[in-house]
Amino acid sequence: MSFAPGQTVGPFFHLGLPFDGGNLLVPAGHPEGVRLHGRVLDGAGDPVPDALIELWQADANGRVPRATGSIHRDGYTFTGWGRAQTDGAGHYWFSTLIPGATAVGKRPFFAVTVFARGLTDRLFTRAYLPSDEPDALLDGLEPAARATLITTREERGLLFDIHLQGEGETVFLSYPRQAR
Amino acid sequence: MEGKYRPAALDWSSVAVVTTQADINREIEELRGGGGPQPRLEYPPYRSSVLRHPTKDKQLVDPEGVELWAPCFGPADVAATEADLTIQHAGEPIGERIVVTGRVIDGEGRPVRHQLVEIWQANAAGRYWHQGDQHPAPNDPNFTGAGRCLTDGAGVYSFQTIKPGAYPWRNHLNAWRPAHIHFSLFGTDFTQRLVTQMYFPGDPLFDLDPIYQSITDAKARELLVASFDHGVTTPEYRLGYRWDIVLSGTHRTPLEES
Repeated sequence: MSFAPGQTVGPFFHLGLPFDGGNLLVPAGHPEGVRLHGRVLDGAGDPVPDALIELWQADANGRVPRATGSIHRDGYTFTGWGRAQTDGAGHYWFSTLIPGATAVGKRPFFAVTVFARGLTDRLFTRAYLPSDEPDALLDGLEPAARATLITTREERGLLFDIHLQGEGETVFLSYPRQAR
Repeated sequence: MEGKYRPAALDWSSVAVVTTQADINREIEELRGGGGPQPRLEYPPYRSSVLRHPTKDKQLVDPEGVELWAPCFGPADVAATEADLTIQHAGEPIGERIVVTGRVIDGEGRPVRHQLVEIWQANAAGRYWHQGDQHPAPNDPNFTGAGRCLTDGAGVYSFQTIKPGAYPWRNHLNAWRPAHIHFSLFGTDFTQRLVTQMYFPGDPLFDLDPIYQSITDAKARELLVASFDHGVTTPEYRLGYRWDIVLSGTHRTPLEES
């Protein structure tokens, strides 16, 4: 089987991909809601104002959502999926829930996909909750690399900057059944 | 946003030390065949990529938890009319009306059923309905250029649209993109996510385009080219193009599937 290759989202993805409420997995101000946010930065440390971030996550109990309705949200159903474009300062944000562990002994994370003009293909990464629990991926990384995958706790949420290149370059992932 | 003709808007002094198409062709030639079946992340002929590609190898990991699943979309998300880009305004858009259809299958050949497909594109004149596009070609008040649909029970998607035009960009002097439609696809697990571009057969700009050529393997590139299909062409109405899409392999076992 020959898998279709990816291509950049280009500069005009705003026409087709973002939608109203895309970044609101729960309404902003939801009592259990947090803000997951950060900046996307290039190899010179400059913000990337034309990136798109997708978020996919378990609910607070660690269940993987199977509900539809991400594009037209009803304000009650947690679909676990969202999409946010960066602003002029390279900043993105989601209003969401803290994911639970999907299985006993598994450390919770947000699954993150990164797209941008200038990025020839999408990138996958994980944004872990801060904790000391063991994890198969994190434990195999050098401390500096590991730190790129762990969110920083803030008063009202979690910070997760994404460095496409250079100082503090985020660890990006590949999976066994992908073409390389 | 509304299109006003902007003559003489091009300021070539903003193009750093004029790089010509011949320069880019040389760079493309040097890198030809130097990558695998996916685009090279580091691909200098595409100038915007220089500071935006990771330099470290990707970390291979076994997917777990949510990564074994994809988000779900349904009729609550997508209206059937969103698959027709020619009916979004009061009048008919200008250009060549076409249908683009095909099957989305996973790496095992199974149809990807009831899943979201999104597209966006330039109009027939090569102009995007986007503030960032200042190409002095007309906007079409009857064509936005964005659509969505869900694949059916056999993994088939179908869009009615207008054939997009080629357009200039500022990667280098006199740079033109081959006509294309951007496609966004989901599979049945997170790892299959794909955003790509569909091209039209026989485009003379293929060899000159550093985005298309960022896939350095010729066979892999051809997977992005639709074929004209007389069988899906509608008499007296529209030409038909077929483009089937194979996503990467899934990671769930049949047990998890049930």
